[in-house]
Amino acid sequence: MKQKLGSFPGGLKLNGHKKRSTQLAIRKMPLSKKLILPLQQHIGEASTPIVAVGDKVLKGQKIARAEGHVSVPLHAPSSGIITAIDEQPIPHPSGLTALCISIETDGQDEWIKRRPIADFTALSAHEIRQLIREAGIVGLGGAGFPSFIKLNPSVHHTVETLIINGVECEPYISCDDMIMRERADGILDGIEIMCFALRVKECLIAIEDNKSEAISAIELALSSRPHLQNTKVVIIPTRYPAGSEKQLIQVVTGKQVPTRGLPIDIGIVSHNIGTSYAIGRAIKHGEPLISRIVTVTGREVKHAGNFETLFGTPMHELLSFCGTERQADEPFILGGPMMGYNLSGDHLPVTKTANCILVGVDDGAKSSTPLPCIRCGECAVACPVSLLPQQLYWFSRAKDLDKVSEYNLFDCIECGCCSYVCPSEIPLVHYFRFAKTEIMNQQQEHAKADLARIRHENRLERLQLEQQEKDLRQQQRKAALAATQAAKVKKAAELPVEPLATDSQESQ
Amino acid sequence: MPLSRLSSPFLAGTNRVTLQMLQLLAALIPAIIAIVYFFGPSVLITMILAVVVALIAEALMLWLRNRPLKPFLTDGSAIVTAVLLAIAIPPLAPWWLTVIGTLFAIIFAKHLYGGLGYNPFNPAMIAYVLLLISFPLEMTTWLPVASLSEQPLNISSAFQFIFNGPLASSIDAVSGATPLDAMKTQIGLQQIPTNIAQQPLFGFWGGKGWEWINIWLAVGGLFLLYRRVITWHIPVAMLAGLTAISLMTWFIAPETTASPLFHLFSGGTMLGAFFIATDPITASTTLKGKLVFGVGVGLLTYIIRVWGGYPDGVAFAVLIMNMLVPLIDYYTQPKVYGALKQ
Repeated sequence: MKQKLGSFPGGLKLNGHKKRSTQLAIRKMPLSKKLILPLQQHIGEASTPIVAVGDKVLKGQKIARAEGHVSVPLHAPSSGIITAIDEQPIPHPSGLTALCISIETDGQDEWIKRRPIADFTALSAHEIRQLIREAGIVGLGGAGFPSFIKLNPSVHHTVETLIINGVECEPYISCDDMIMRERADGILDGIEIMCFALRVKECLIAIEDNKSEAISAIELALSSRPHLQNTKVVIIPTRYPAGSEKQLIQVVTGKQVPTRGLPIDIGIVSHNIGTSYAIGRAIKHGEPLISRIVTVTGREVKHAGNFETLFGTPMHELLSFCGTERQADEPFILGGPMMGYNLSGDHLPVTKTANCILVGVDDGAKSSTPLPCIRCGECAVACPVSLLPQQLYWFSRAKDLDKVSEYNLFDCIECGCCSYVCPSEIPLVHYFRFAKTEIMNQQQEHAKADLARIRHENRLERLQLEQQEKDLRQQQRKAALAATQAAKVKKAAELPVEPLATDSQESQ
Repeated sequence: MPLSRLSSPFLAGTNRVTLQMLQLLAALIPAIIAIVYFFGPSVLITMILAVVVALIAEALMLWLRNRPLKPFLTDGSAIVTAVLLAIAIPPLAPWWLTVIGTLFAIIFAKHLYGGLGYNPFNPAMIAYVLLLISFPLEMTTWLPVASLSEQPLNISSAFQFIFNGPLASSIDAVSGATPLDAMKTQIGLQQIPTNIAQQPLFGFWGGKGWEWINIWLAVGGLFLLYRRVITWHIPVAMLAGLTAISLMTWFIAPETTASPLFHLFSGGTMLGAFFIATDPITASTTLKGKLVFGVGVGLLTYIIRVWGGYPDGVAFAVLIMNMLVPLIDYYTQPKVYGALKQ
């Protein structure tokens, strides 16, 4: 099954540090007493609660409905009582709070009635998408985009290739690796369903060549499903960031997603390996998405590993379960060391996009004062998108936002390769995020100002129109008045006014 | 433990500015040994003097500019500038020549433009050109190779020369023109290059001694390539540019031009190709741009050597190409992922 592979420029060979968390099988995290469920665990609109405080809910029961198109519902991960619907701190780079539903679990873990579907081929693609949406499934690779939308090619597109992303290129993270090793059949269930819904010609499961056990597990599972003859495992070289969607497409197909376009524009849809497993569970077992595999690892974690964790489980329970001693000044990262973000505390809940909790990075970056840029160009060599990070850095620093956009800032995927190689230790990605935010703020301001201007102009126009109408009415009234007066005068003229005249004559 | 970064990436590679500078200095060691072997130990005195003056000037400028001393004094960039200048100027240059050059490099060419990373022109080359234009006599009288000299210099007579100056009558006895200079003057006197190259001043391909220094500089350059301190683009492009134009003229008029090999292994060719033109701060930064930049330096070096007023053209060539860097960089931007194909 050799396939000619493409490649992307730049990238890094990183030390994986994955063995630390792959020594033991996936374990189930014990049920927490309290689960905190943010209403927004995906890209798009937050869901709307459909339960009230005091309600009793069952495991898998829908507790919030989707709001708008880009949204999915939320389910109770275990049975219990709703204790609060209020603002709670959520995992977010800026340590924000958001509306959450809190459940006090009763320990029964009692399921709601599930409706497994034995033969999904009897359903229409639309019905399958609706089931996937109702199961609350979002991309589990980290971005959390509602999966049903990516299974809905519009009438303008045909999907040629479905890429299943089992690359997991970031160091330390191993949840996808472990799910492939242990649950290959469940993954293939999901792949069958997606292939059916998308009517794709071929499906490629991309795995990095450092995951030999995962590769053999998937290949073994594939060999017992002869009807999946168009599904292949593609082994790709281990190089960061091969797991980034656009770079993966370039490696596997040699094609590039056009700027500001989507993979679907070139006939490709890609889903994460964990997402396909979730889809399999949702359709074949009727289970909504209520848990995920979370890697807990890092230098300070004694018993690192992968844990099947219910959403809403506070992170500190996971950490103490693994015997973690967290140093106060050490980064406590959600996600990988290259693209993850620092968390504000460990009382935050596990959400749908929480793939890895990393405590203590080996050979981590120090926050030393950076030296000036010496224009060495290593960043441009490392950039997988062929940007010129150095130029972007100058313009970001100078807040020359037009220039930054001209140098394609918005094509930056924030993979961190440039910061990693910089000999002056400049936090380049930090500058780029700042510039992106600035530009977006500016655009919002512009939009607001435009709106205000349009409103003002409309108002002026309206006032003018009203004035005109008023004038017109006045004129008409005047005309009418004049007409009636004229008529009166005429009438008066026609009628003899003798008596008056006589009066006057008499007075004389 | 030191505080970690607050935003991703939380990992960092091991490449550092100081490390690059130190490797660059290490790569110069074989060539410095060769210079000492061929021209005596005086280059070491000049070098130490230049380094001391450079560090003092750097510290002074940092203090005046309210910049932290430690990170910038230890980054190694001032030492690199001083060492490169010391190699470029004649071994017996009087002390004040070294001091003026170093001060000008650090104060004017580097710090008045904003210090490390902000200087558009290579400081060592700016200083070299300043000295060459202001003090042409001192800058073009070189020692003959030690083996040709009647009384090779030892360290104490070198000291004597640098700090007290030679006795007026003995200057010709110990100094002379460089091979590049001699070649140029004698071609001007209707001599044939192959005959000129028979003279004792010349070696196998280039000037005697000079060719070996160039070879050791190239070896140092290969070390830099191996350590990935520099990329191959600029050296290869520069040497290719120089070879191409010298081959062309050599084929057209072999009676009046020196061979490409002579040009490759004389004067500052290898120093320029691997250590000067590759200075990241002042060179082009895009890969395509580096090729354009390198070829430009190669061509201009030859043009100035052969048709210009100075015996060697590397310094001028590098400075002229430095001026063009923003333009080159602008027009050689790589195509970004997903950009529409034509």
